[in-house]
Amino acid sequence: MTKFNRRDFLKVTGGVAALGSLGYTPFVIAGASKKVVIVGGGIGGATAARYIKMADASVDVTVIEPNKKYHTCFLSNEVLGGERSLESIRFGYQGLHKEGIKVVHEMVNNIDPQARVVKTSAGNSYKYDRCIVSPGIALRWDTIEGYDAKVAETIPHAWKAGPQTATLRKQIMAMRDGGTVIISAPPNPFRCPPGPYERAAQIAHYLKQHKPKSKILVLDPKDKFSKFGLFTAGWKKHYGYGTDNSMIEWISGAEGGKVDGLDAKNKTVRALVQDFKGDVVNIIPAQKAGKIAHIAGLADKSGWCPVDLKTFESKIHANIHVIGDAAIQSPLPKSGYAANSEAKVCASSVVALLKGDEVPQPSYVNTCYSILAPNDGISVAMVYNYADGKINKVEGSGGLTPGYDKTTMEMRQREVLYAHSWFKNITKDVFG
Amino acid sequence: MKNKIFTGLLITCGVVLGGAAAAATPSATMLSNTCVGCHGPNGNSMGPASPTIAGISTEYFMEAMEEYKSGVRPSTIMGRIAKGYSEEEFQLMASYFSKQQFNRDKDQNINAKMAKKGAKLHKKYCEKCHEDGGRSSEDDAGILAGQWMPYLQFTMTDYLSGNREMTKKMKKKVNTLKDEQGDKGFEELWHYYGSLK
Ligand SMILES: Cc1cc2nc3c(=O)[nH]c(=O)nc-3n(C[C@H](O)[C@H](O)[C@H](O)COP(=O)(O)OP(=O)(O)OC[C@H]3O[C@@H](n4cnc5c(N)ncnc54)[C@H](O)[C@@H]3O)c2cc1C
Ligand code: HEC
Ligand code: HEC
Repeated sequence: MTKFNRRDFLKVTGGVAALGSLGYTPFVIAGASKKVVIVGGGIGGATAARYIKMADASVDVTVIEPNKKYHTCFLSNEVLGGERSLESIRFGYQGLHKEGIKVVHEMVNNIDPQARVVKTSAGNSYKYDRCIVSPGIALRWDTIEGYDAKVAETIPHAWKAGPQTATLRKQIMAMRDGGTVIISAPPNPFRCPPGPYERAAQIAHYLKQHKPKSKILVLDPKDKFSKFGLFTAGWKKHYGYGTDNSMIEWISGAEGGKVDGLDAKNKTVRALVQDFKGDVVNIIPAQKAGKIAHIAGLADKSGWCPVDLKTFESKIHANIHVIGDAAIQSPLPKSGYAANSEAKVCASSVVALLKGDEVPQPSYVNTCYSILAPNDGISVAMVYNYADGKINKVEGSGGLTPGYDKTTMEMRQREVLYAHSWFKNITKDVFG
Repeated sequence: MKNKIFTGLLITCGVVLGGAAAAATPSATMLSNTCVGCHGPNGNSMGPASPTIAGISTEYFMEAMEEYKSGVRPSTIMGRIAKGYSEEEFQLMASYFSKQQFNRDKDQNINAKMAKKGAKLHKKYCEKCHEDGGRSSEDDAGILAGQWMPYLQFTMTDYLSGNREMTKKMKKKVNTLKDEQGDKGFEELWHYYGSLK
């Protein structure tokens, strides 16, 4: 079957080329070029665009993304820690342009899966043969009373990098010595499971140098979190965690750490057992798939988008693929490396589907580095395969940096340099 | 040759023993795509430390991956990664990366004087097995020329501590260099390799 299709396809394209060279109208050729429209030029979207072009330059690829500059969330915690500039996590779309990918800076406000058209608030329509949606997350304002997009301008979440990161950094820098930074962590599932705890470490790193009498209070609805043993060991080593003088205090769900209300004017959060007043308040609310996924009817009751894990095609609407944080991709986590890996798998299947070829067998990897101090990095990694309609962790692979008692400072210092290398390599892979 | 026979055996075992979810084998490109987020486009790392793996020989690649997988070769993360792939998958990736061009167009902070001294040391102690200034991949000893300097230094740290095994002959040269030139000798070598285009 497959071989037949491929041969037919070759025959057709060969035929078109021959006609073209005989001077027939270019209409025939234009009609032969397949259109892929990508919603969101973040980690998932930009990667998918590049890998489709690399696999088949004849595909007409358009990325629709409202912002001219993208700020990576990864390493944005180092910006908060004062170890890195905001410019260093800023990327443009020249690389994609150069590779023949169209990038339009508009906001998508609807997708019509029957007519196969993406519509934008600028009033434009983009027809597609296949659409890839990678809009990232939306914040669930409804879960914290008194918190919304407007309030977030002064009480930042900083869970989408850029101006939010800058605001939080400024507030921490302006804080008095002896002040309290509150970080309210989100419930599962959420973007970047180790992120809030790396953030606590990075802010502590800054405070230790500049405002040593200050405290960080992490309020959490959960009783455990990603890389738990490594984070708490690192907090202990660098920031006195577990002692009376600890710079970081973590209040678990069982201890009443769940936050469900905010008094923005008084910088006071309402947690289960008591209220907490901070000098700087960072609320990372619960999350769901980006808004457009809901408008387009791609999400289910969970708030995330069910997909076929081999092609990332939506289980709700045919010809639309959802990748990155917005998709239900478990056991892959909602991380940048996973979004990048999913995008490559999705790109190869989209190219195959457009040609009528067999969808290739996927392979996926995830890695997340966390930097606890400038000389102390830890990581988690996993290799995944696809079988029986599921993504499976390859047995025996992956796992965490071995514990603090089993690794040397020298090895963990290497992990910081490797984390920085990872950043340079993945952003090159995403933005060209 | 040796590797090919080895692969054949493993495939047969896989069929006989194949238990739970037997996943089909992905293509070389699909597999290699999972590495480039850390190793850079086509295996050419943007630095500052993760090694470029483009252009290394199949032999060397296979040995590196097998040793990471078994834990014989120390690593921060590659051991955890290598355990996720089969021998057959290593072969596919080896053929992919060995065909890529090793890009030496890197911006490393080179001290020209040290690099000059390093060139002499290389000739005296290392060129025999790391031919053409460490550019050649044919000697199955990895590529040193144009590699990221911190990676070379980490690797030598592992060799000297005994965590990564050296061949007897290399050990002899490395120890002589250490005795005659001290730590500075190694640093000069890294500046030399880092300076090569
Ligand atoms: C503090 C922090 C630290 C992190 N650290 C790491 C890390 O170390 N390693 C790691 O792997 N991951 C990390 N992550 C996670 C990583 O950033 C995300 O998983 C990744 O960005 C997901 O990619 P995505 O494509 O799904 O979404 P995004 O990268 O957010 O891209 C979504 C894009 O879609 C656009 N968009 C949204 N709606 C529309 C619309 N209607 N029309 C057009 N465009 C739209 C947005 O503007 C955005 O550019 C971290 C996250 C945070 C918050
Ligand atoms: C999370 C980042 C990461 C991923 C993913 C990754 N590597 Fe590595 N790789 C490293 C680092 C870091 C080293 C240096 C050794 C160490 O400390 O782990 C390395 C070393 C290597 C080396 C040794 C190079 C030499 O000169 O001896 C090879 C070969 C290699 N990797 C191949 C691969 C392949 C193949 C893949 C994909 C299947 C891969 N790597 C995926 C980070 C990564
Ligand atoms: C007798 C041959 C021989 C000599 C001499 C020799 N090497 Fe090697 N070298 C090898 C071989 C073989 C390997 C690969 C096998 C292994 O993993 O050890 C290697 C690997 C290496 C690596 C690791 C490459 C990587 O990508 O991880 C470094 C670094 C290195 N050698 C440095 C040196 C230096 C510096 C000298 C001179 C002081 C030297 N070698 C002399 C044979 C030699």
